[in-house]
Amino acid sequence: MLIMIEIIEISKLNKTYAGKFQALTDVDLSIKSGEIFALLGPNGAGKTTLISMICGLVRLTSGTIRVDGKNIEDQPRDIRQRIGLVPQELTTNMFETVWDTVQFTRGLFGFKKNNKFIENLLKSLSLWDKRKNTMMTLSGGMKRRVMIAKALAHEPDILFLDEPTAGVDVSLRKDMWTQLHALRKSGVTIILTTHYIEEAEEMADRIGVINNGKIVIVEKKEKLIKKLGKKHISFKLDNELKKIPKRLANFKLTIKDKVLHYEYDSKNTDIHISNLFDALKTENITYKDITTKQSSLEEIFVELVKNS
Amino acid sequence: MNFQAIKTIYMFEMMRMFRTIGQSIAAPVISTSLYFVVFGSAIGSSIKSIDGVSYGSFIVPGLIMLSVLTQSISNASFGIYFPRFTGTIYEQLSAPISYLEIVIGYVGAATSKSLILGLLILGTANFFVDVSIQNIPLMTLFLLLTCITFSLFGFIIGIWAENFEQLQIIPLLVITPLTFLGGSFYSLKMLPPIWQKISFLNPLVYLISGFRWSFYGSGDVNLGVSFIMAALFLIVSLLIIRWIFKTGYKLKT
Ligand SMILES: Nc1ncnc2c1ncn2[C@@H]1O[C@H](COP(=O)(O)OP(=O)(O)OP(=O)(O)O)[C@@H](O)[C@H]1O
Ligand SMILES: [Mg+2]
Repeated sequence: MLIMIEIIEISKLNKTYAGKFQALTDVDLSIKSGEIFALLGPNGAGKTTLISMICGLVRLTSGTIRVDGKNIEDQPRDIRQRIGLVPQELTTNMFETVWDTVQFTRGLFGFKKNNKFIENLLKSLSLWDKRKNTMMTLSGGMKRRVMIAKALAHEPDILFLDEPTAGVDVSLRKDMWTQLHALRKSGVTIILTTHYIEEAEEMADRIGVINNGKIVIVEKKEKLIKKLGKKHISFKLDNELKKIPKRLANFKLTIKDKVLHYEYDSKNTDIHISNLFDALKTENITYKDITTKQSSLEEIFVELVKNS
Repeated sequence: MNFQAIKTIYMFEMMRMFRTIGQSIAAPVISTSLYFVVFGSAIGSSIKSIDGVSYGSFIVPGLIMLSVLTQSISNASFGIYFPRFTGTIYEQLSAPISYLEIVIGYVGAATSKSLILGLLILGTANFFVDVSIQNIPLMTLFLLLTCITFSLFGFIIGIWAENFEQLQIIPLLVITPLTFLGGSFYSLKMLPPIWQKISFLNPLVYLISGFRWSFYGSGDVNLGVSFIMAALFLIVSLLIIRWIFKTGYKLKT
């Protein structure tokens, strides 16, 4: 495992909109170079606000943001050159062609024309055939990909994607995941927000959960699942079980349609599954099949938000 | 300086003009011709010459000013308002460019367009009446100063406006009337004394007068005063723009 440096360091970040509404409260967060970081949180949690502040679209009320050790308020130029942003809203100039709009972004970021690079970029996003189309003649999913192409037009090494796959069909979403993984392989740090937990589960190295403007938890994806994950075992019984025998009372079992459900906390070491098996045997409860399930990130996420 | 970015914004804005090149040329040529047919020939023939200049020639500087003022404002205001309206302004705000570079790009393009427009009108006018320019460098300076100042002013309106109505309201309700009342088609001397005094409150009087001075060697006000006023407008516009970018007014929350 290579040592990862912290490419983005956010400390004590606060944002108060229009002097009244506090959208972010004391946010501390570090993003490691080369990772894919997923920021999860319900609507209005402050995800877009946080990203916008790092990208220079929203002013800081207080706190600091450093990118590669440089304060974004002191050295915005050096930093911005390295950052690409795919905003949440599909904002395009509808009269512009795909080719022109991508070139425009590249120029705006101070880069010389490189037609070959743009060609490859558009090809990799399956947009090459549409390069002469104006934005208004594209479908929603295509527009979204143009936004990604624009964000990559100046070869950034930090990429922000604010709900990149909203409104993108399943197969295309999988394509995008593959592309993002490829980007990461080439050394790009990726920070994304999503409401599709499945996406975070598939993509992220680490996950941060934000709610009501506060960071609730930041953890490696596997660790988060392990740490908070509930495990679930269900026994498909041979015979109907009217009620749960007394001996099994402290296992908190539920029964439904000849299936006995057992849920437990994998981090709780007091419980031994074997005890349950022994008890079932003693009670002469037999079963045909066992299935086990680990709670998904989505369930963990709902739980976290509920409790925060 | 991010010259690449300035060039990108500038070219993007100029492309709008080139895309509709026929329209961009035809519109000022036709409207100038109309002015000469109506004012120069039909009405002008019954007006005696002013300060020894025939009426048709007399209105040329005012006519150029009228178009340049309104077009500078509408070009520059639309240029910056449109990305605000569509939301694509996020790109300019997240790019490694300073506000100065943004202004140079947009205002530079609007200024160029107005200059081209002014020269087109001058050329068309020359076709109808005798146009003599006594002091070409001074004329160029005044024209350039006006184009820059009012493009800056348009840029300010484009940032201030919340909708398309507000975008048009200032050129329509303020600039056009003030230009008409500012002696573009008459000499202030032709007015009753009280209206002459009131006219001096109109800032555009100074610009039009100074501009006409460079053509015919005389104007409604002293050349020096005209020049100071023109410089003052430029400075005020620059100060407002500096304040906008310092505070992020309407651009950043
Ligand atoms: N310009 C603004 N002025 C005032 N309040 C704002 C502004 N932008 C966002 N907010 C408020 O800040 C809070 C956080 O908004 P933000 O857009 O960051 O949420 P989000 O996590 O991105 O939500 P979503 O998942 O819906 O995109 C919301 O309550 C929102 O209403
Ligand atoms: Mg959002």
